[in-house]
Order: sequence, then structure tokens, then C-alpha cells
Amino acid sequence: MTTDQYDAVIIGAGHNGLVAACYLQRAGLRVLVLERNEHIGGATTSISRYKDYTYSNCSYVYSLFRQEIARTLELYKYGLQVIPYEGGSQIIKNPDGSYDSMGTYWHDDANRREIERFSPRDANAYERLNRDIVRQCRFIKPLLMRTPPDPTSFKPRDIMELLYLGKRFYGMGKEQMLETIRFYTMSVGDYLNEYLENDALKSYLAGGATVGTALGVYSPGTAYILLHHAMGDIDGTVGAWGFARGGMGSVASALNDSFLASGGHVRVNAGVSKFIVQNGKVKGMQLENGETVKAKLVVSGMDVRRTFNAIDSNELPAWVVDRVSNFRFRGSSGKVNIALDGLPGFHGVPEGSPCLSGDIHISQSLEELELAYDDWKAGRWSQKPYLDMLIPSLIDPTMAPEGKHWMSVFVQYCPYKLAAGEWNEERKQAFGEHIVDCISAFSPDFRSKFLHMEIRTPKDIEDETGLSEGNIFQGELTMDQLMFNRPIPGYAQYRSPISGLYMCGSSTHPGGGVMGAPGANAAREVLRDLGRGVQQ
Amino acid sequence: MIANTANNQRPIFERPILETPFYESYKHLIQNDQYEEWSGYTTLASFANDGQEYFAVRNTCGVYDLCPMIKYDISGADAERYMNRLVTRNIKKMLPERVTYTVWCNDDGHVIEDGTVFRLAPTEFRLCCAERQIEWLLDSSIGYDVVITEVTQDIAALAVQGPISCNILKKMGFTGVEVLKPFQLGNFSLNGYDVMISRTGFTGDLGYELWIDAEHADDLWQALFKAGELFGIRMIGSLALDMLRIEAGLILVNVEYMSCFQTVRPNRARTPFELGLDWVVDMNKGHFIGRRALVAAQKNSLKRKLVGIDVDWNKQADGALLYDSKTCSRQIGEVTSALWSPTLKRNIALAYLDAPYYAGEKSMWAEVYLHRECQWERKVYECHVTPKPFYAPERKRLTPPEDL
Ligand SMILES: Cc1cc2nc3c(=O)[nH]c(=O)nc-3n(C[C@H](O)[C@H](O)[C@H](O)COP(=O)(O)OP(=O)(O)OC[C@H]3O[C@@H](n4cnc5c(N)ncnc54)[C@H](O)[C@@H]3O)c2cc1C
Repeated sequence: MTTDQYDAVIIGAGHNGLVAACYLQRAGLRVLVLERNEHIGGATTSISRYKDYTYSNCSYVYSLFRQEIARTLELYKYGLQVIPYEGGSQIIKNPDGSYDSMGTYWHDDANRREIERFSPRDANAYERLNRDIVRQCRFIKPLLMRTPPDPTSFKPRDIMELLYLGKRFYGMGKEQMLETIRFYTMSVGDYLNEYLENDALKSYLAGGATVGTALGVYSPGTAYILLHHAMGDIDGTVGAWGFARGGMGSVASALNDSFLASGGHVRVNAGVSKFIVQNGKVKGMQLENGETVKAKLVVSGMDVRRTFNAIDSNELPAWVVDRVSNFRFRGSSGKVNIALDGLPGFHGVPEGSPCLSGDIHISQSLEELELAYDDWKAGRWSQKPYLDMLIPSLIDPTMAPEGKHWMSVFVQYCPYKLAAGEWNEERKQAFGEHIVDCISAFSPDFRSKFLHMEIRTPKDIEDETGLSEGNIFQGELTMDQLMFNRPIPGYAQYRSPISGLYMCGSSTHPGGGVMGAPGANAAREVLRDLGRGVQQ
Repeated sequence: MIANTANNQRPIFERPILETPFYESYKHLIQNDQYEEWSGYTTLASFANDGQEYFAVRNTCGVYDLCPMIKYDISGADAERYMNRLVTRNIKKMLPERVTYTVWCNDDGHVIEDGTVFRLAPTEFRLCCAERQIEWLLDSSIGYDVVITEVTQDIAALAVQGPISCNILKKMGFTGVEVLKPFQLGNFSLNGYDVMISRTGFTGDLGYELWIDAEHADDLWQALFKAGELFGIRMIGSLALDMLRIEAGLILVNVEYMSCFQTVRPNRARTPFELGLDWVVDMNKGHFIGRRALVAAQKNSLKRKLVGIDVDWNKQADGALLYDSKTCSRQIGEVTSALWSPTLKRNIALAYLDAPYYAGEKSMWAEVYLHRECQWERKVYECHVTPKPFYAPERKRLTPPEDL
């Protein structure tokens, strides 16, 4: 393969790699995507593991994906259909051993009345909480599709961008500015305690702020992660989440088809082992099968650790190597996908409740969530983990046979390194069984409906998708690893110390989640360097 | 300190929206199924004919179901002190059995809501409003010896409005109701239960509001409609009420302004001055929440203000933007509520105007889009600032009311 054939090579067919590929191809470049696995998608896949059931193997819910990308790349034309889900259930175990549940409703007044059953004050405070989160989202949202400024640079562009940031910040007004500073430094537990009194409601909301992060609900800096749940939208409904029909793999396949339709090429089973660099310039890469691919322009969708590990350290400034090695991954999440023979019942959820169509949670309090984190620190999976459970087949008829269901169970916390020793098949099974036990404690007929499960420990996530240490976001989303610090200060604008080598994965701004923003931003920077415009 | 809400045993999803305590009583009068949700309840936009419902209030007697109104009872040794700090009006000057219209603000001097305060007894108040705010009430009561309880579901209320309303109430046996002055309340009884009657309303006409324990709702309704039968009494829906309140120049939350608790954009909250409600703010009564910010705000001239305008044409200027010139070169305001007033035969509107336009000395134009036979037409009409209320008949204040 020669340089003449392709103008740019993208490493990794994760959704961000594919987004970048689409934009570059549409801008007139000839683009090749090299993917290590035999399937595309990275952490955005739907691969069948059992009979006629399809799982969203890693990511499972859609909201963050930037609408402008979906529109420009015409994803609807290539089969992407997103259906918002309604509902949500927080199951509550009362002190006397009986059960209840707090449902989430799309209808504001129904939702309020439901919370009022537990705390009239919280029903009201919840509205203020939502308003304050929306206010924060308004600040941060426009930044997602912009390249972060370099605060030390004197380039007009960086200065303009810093001014833009400053203007947005000051535009919030004094009170809100102070609130914002608090918000970004507080723990989610403390933040919610300022609004709410009911344990169930607090734990329902707090769990999400620890997802993918090796921090506890009382760790400073976790409050802002709430935004990750609120800054997305579906068709303008802010904070709404939904299912991609057919599973999250349809996001990847729509991107893939859009890319192919515009003339791009994808090669699977083509893992990159080494970048070829000469005189500080990228020249191509060596594949795992020994083959060499020449390229002057390479965009890596791998996480920052993998990207830099594939470069000879000789070619890199020592501080960069050091910084990259200090970039925190710390996998903390697991995933279990379960095929079910029918819809399981849950304690405390009335028959016929529509609330099972949303996220189901069983954590009882902030304290319980903090204890779950303690287990992670000790190198154990949580005794009582935060589980984010969804039954997509209640809404999407394509994922399980008629009358049957599958359940997606996201598990926080599960360590990448166990205190007991290396992950092996036995420990992996024990982890899976533990999760089924945790669910069964709240669902009496769960075991009897159980057919099959796909267990993914952080180690499996790393091995299968290449997410280092199994961190779902290609690196933790903490303040010190965001914006102009993501992935490392000085290289937060999608470029690297190697000329011609760019980064477009979730390790770059604005970070993880099925958002597409890193890919689109990276493509824009590449085209900028080439003196070309980007398709809007 | 504790808020109470009557619970409903059925799962919420089986009954997401509630019916008011009067629903069963008047359901046979619903002719056109124009339902409208208000605050978690099924209410009616109109029962049969909104035009006729409007005229009932200006001509005979119209009855509006007020149950979804949010009601908080505030009592305790510090109730007066607390209320005086909460709202902008001087509650110390308020006698028991009186009602007052007021606003309450946050510390920035931005309006949380407008509503009415009932002084039921020296240490007992009721706050009536449209938005829930128990969190604020509880938080702002820290340090005060008060008990705050939401009683929305426990109390049923009907607004009985119009020139013949007093006659009907008298016919029901509420002797002495005629001596109630505007914003006064009295306690009466009917068939063995208590009925609190206040001379209040949202229509700008003679009218009363009847407050009872929800369990007696049907009995009260039947008695009222029996007494009013020959007087042309009828149920009215929110469409008629909206016409009436615009004529009366009364503002509505979420139409003229949003509660500062709900605004997301930084410049959307409003001070009482911007709403034209200076007259409910007593800057001399001592400290109240928001006073400091309002003192500061008074030092600057007002940038915009809600005023009444007249539009020189006969088509309602709904949602119109207002301009400094006929060519619409610079926007200087916008209409929040508009009405062709059937009583005044005038085209009126509530509108925000920038300084200096709200003073009414400069001319201005409204850009109105009319949908005529499936085609949009753009019209520009001159308008003028005009005093509010647009309509205030003498009978509204006359005590005792004329015996018709
Ligand atoms: C269990 C789990 C649940 C999640 N749930 C959600 C969710 O519900 N909603 C949400 O929005 N986000 C969720 N996320 C996060 C989200 O899925 C990821 O942040 C996002 O998919 C990352 O996309 P990416 O394109 O940046 O990287 P990746 O998807 O990691 O893509 C990188 C690609 O590079 C390939 N690659 C790696 N090494 C090489 C190599 N040497 N040569 C060639 N190719 C290589 C990989 O195979 C992969 O295809 C979840 C993640 C996980 C793991």
C-alpha cells in the first residue's frame, strides 16, 4: 500500500475514529480506517452472543451524540434511529423489610407526585436541582464542539477562545459564577445533600456521577459529572436518553455506511503495532501482521496511552512520555449483559408499571454507594455495587425474540486489578454471579428467567476494545484531565509532538461517551492544518 | 415545618393527572371536552362556549374551579414576622380576615411569584399561588417558629364572579356576605360545614371565592348551582378567565414573567418594578427578602417595564414585537398578552416596553402576523400606552353590592 492511495489513515473504527474519517473523506481526502478487531465500533457495538438475542455489549444508551454530527453525516439515512425511553425505577427497601419504588415519569406532575410520596420538599427541590443543572449545561454545551484554547499561548486564536470562555463565564452573572466554581469542585454527595433529603432519590441521582470514574460519591469533583447525564438531548429534549434501535452498534454501522458511501475504506483485523516516525514526522505504521502502511497523515482513535505506546520514546520529549504515563485510566466499571426468558418482576414495582422501561436502580443511600467505592479501593468488586440496569427490549423489538428480554447491567465498581490476583475465568464468573445475586435480591424471579450472560470486567473491556485498564472514557473525566488538560497540557488541540499524527479518541476533549465530538473536532483541526474547510 | 400532601393509593401511572373535588359535580356540563392540565389537575379550557362563559362573568355569574391553585397554610407564633419577611407588602398592617395581593422575591429582588395572602387569624395565614415552592418556604422559615403545610388537596375552592354573584350567595343563605368589602373574608356555614368566603377574584368584577374542606365539594356545588339556576349561573373555563384577567390588567406567572426559581437564562428574572408592581412593595416596612437588591435597583432608572397598551386596529396583537417606527427598524418591546376586549370594544394588550417608551410619550408600532384563510399576513399597527386596569366597573368596589 502506498501513500498515493490514501491521504489520511485513521487508527481504530471506534465511533470517534469513524466520525473523523467521515469528515475527512467528505472534505475530499481519501481516507482509510484500520481496525484491530474483526468488527467495527470499539465500545459502540451490538454483537449477538446468544441465540437470537442482540446485546449492546459496551455502551447501551444514547444521548450525548452531537446532533450536528448526526445531521451532517446523514446518519438517519444509514439506519440510525433513536427512540427516547420513558421511566426509571429506584427500588426501595424499607426498614421493616417491605419494598417500594420511586418511579420516574416523563410527565412533570406525575413525577412530582411520585416524589411527594416520599418527600414533598424533595419533589419541589428536585425542580430547582434540574434547573441548576440545566444552567450549568448551558455553560458547558457550546464548548463541546470547540477546540480547547491553550491558556499559555499568545496565538490570536487561543486568546480569542479564552475570551470566549471568559465571556460565557461572566455572562452567567455573579451568583451563578460562584455557584459554578462550587459545582466543579464539590462531591456529588455534598451537592445533592444541599438540595435533597430523601436517600433513595439521592442515590438514584448520585450513582450516575461515579460512572467510569474511580471516585466515590463523596469525592470532590464528582458533582459536575452529573452534567454528563444532563447535557445530552434527544430531538431537543434536554437530558433525555434513548436507545439506538438495534443497539448501540447501529451508531457505528450508520457511521461506517456513511463513510463507505462517501468513498472511504475500512480494513478490519488490521491492528497497528507501531507508528513509523522519521525526523519528528509520521511516515506510516506497522501492522500486527507485519505489514507496513505508509501515510503522511494519521489520526489515532486509540486512547492516549496506546497511541503513545506505539511511538518510539526516542521520538518524543521526555515530559510528554512522563505525562502520558501519568494520565489516569483506573478502570472501575464492569458490564453484564443478560438474556432473559421473559420480563422479570421487581420488588416494590407495581404490576404494569411503565417505569421498568427506564433505568432501574437498587442502591439505597449515598453511604451504600461510598462503601461500594471502598471495595474498589481495596481491590474488590463492590459487595453492593451501583447497578444501572435497563431492559432495552421493552422498547426495541429487534433485540430479543418475541416476549423475551435482555438486560444491560452497568456495574460500578469493579477493579481492573484485583487484590486477590489476576483476573481469570473463575473470578470473572464469580463476578457475574455476584451481580446476578445482587439483582435477584430485588427481583424474586430473576434467576428463573436467566438464560445467558456476557460478563465484561475492566480487563475484558481492555482486551476487547482496547480501552486501557478498561476505563470506559479512554481516561477518567476529572477536572484535571479535561479541556486544555486532555489528554495532556500543550497537546489538547488534537495534535501530537509528531508532525502529521493527530488524536481523535475520547482521550481528547471533550472526553468519553458516545458523543462524536472528539472525532469531529479532530477532523476540523486536521483540515485546518491542510488549509481546508469542514463540512457543516 | 413539615409539608403534608394527601396521598393517593393508586400507582401514579394509573392516574397521572388528578380530577378536582368538583369534577364529578360539573362533569355533566362539559360539552366540548376542551381539557387542559393545570398543576397536575384536569381542568377545562371551556365547558361549552368560551365567549358566553366570558359574558357570564360580566353579565350574570360565572363560576371557576380554583382547586388546583397551590395553597400553603402558615401558622405559629412567628407567622406574622415570617410573612412580613417573605413578601413585599406590609403584613403587620394587615388585619385578620383580610386578604392582600402581593409578590415575593428572592434575595436578588427577583420575583418568585405573585399571589394572595389570607390572614385567617392573628397567627394564621394562607398563601395562594400557582407554582409549588415548599422548599423555599421551608428554607426561608429557618429560625422562625412557624408550621408550613401545603393544603392544596385538602381545600376545595370556587370563584363565583359577576354582577349577580352576591345575590346568589345571599340566596344560598350566606347572610351578611354583602357587607364584605373587597379583600375582606368572612366565615359562614352551609349544611353544617364551614365555608370561608373572600371578596376576591381574578376577573376585575364583583366576585367572591368560596373555600371549604374538599369533602363537601359536591354539596357546595349543588347548593350554588341550585341558587344560581334562574340567574344564569354557569361554569367557566380558563379561556374566559384569561380574557377577564387581561381586561382587569392582572398579570399571570409563566405568561408575563417566569418565576426566578425557574429561569435558566440569566436575564429572564424580573423585579416587581419591571412588572409594574411598585405599589405592592413597601420599602419602608423594614427588612424583607430582596429589599436590599430592590433598594439598589431603585437607584437606577428602569430599563423595561410591563404596561398596558392599546392597539389601533381590531385584530389581537398576540405575541407581537413592538417597534420604534412603522418600518420596524428597532425593537423596543413585546406583547405578553393580547385581547380584543368585548366589553370595552378596544384592542388591548399587556406588553414590556424599554425605556423611555413605557412612559407613553413616544409613538410605537406592533408587528402582527395574521393567519387569514391559511395565509399569513404581516400588519403593522400603531399603539399607545394606556393605564391599567383596562376595565374596572364601579360594582367591583361597591359595598354592599347592588341588589339585582
Ligand atoms: C461498558 C461500557 C459502557 C458504556 N456505556 C455508555 C453509554 O451507555 N452511553 C455513552 O454515551 N457512553 C458509554 N460508554 C462510553 C463510550 O462507549 C466510550 O467512551 C466511547 O464509545 C469511546 O469511543 P472512542 O471512539 O473514543 O473509542 P473506542 O470506542 O475505544 O474506539 C477505539 C477503537 O480503536 C481500536 N483499536 C485499539 N487499538 C488499536 C490498534 N492498535 N490498531 C487498530 N485499532 C485499534 C479499538 O478496537 C476500537 O475500535 C460506555 C463504555 C463502556 C466500556
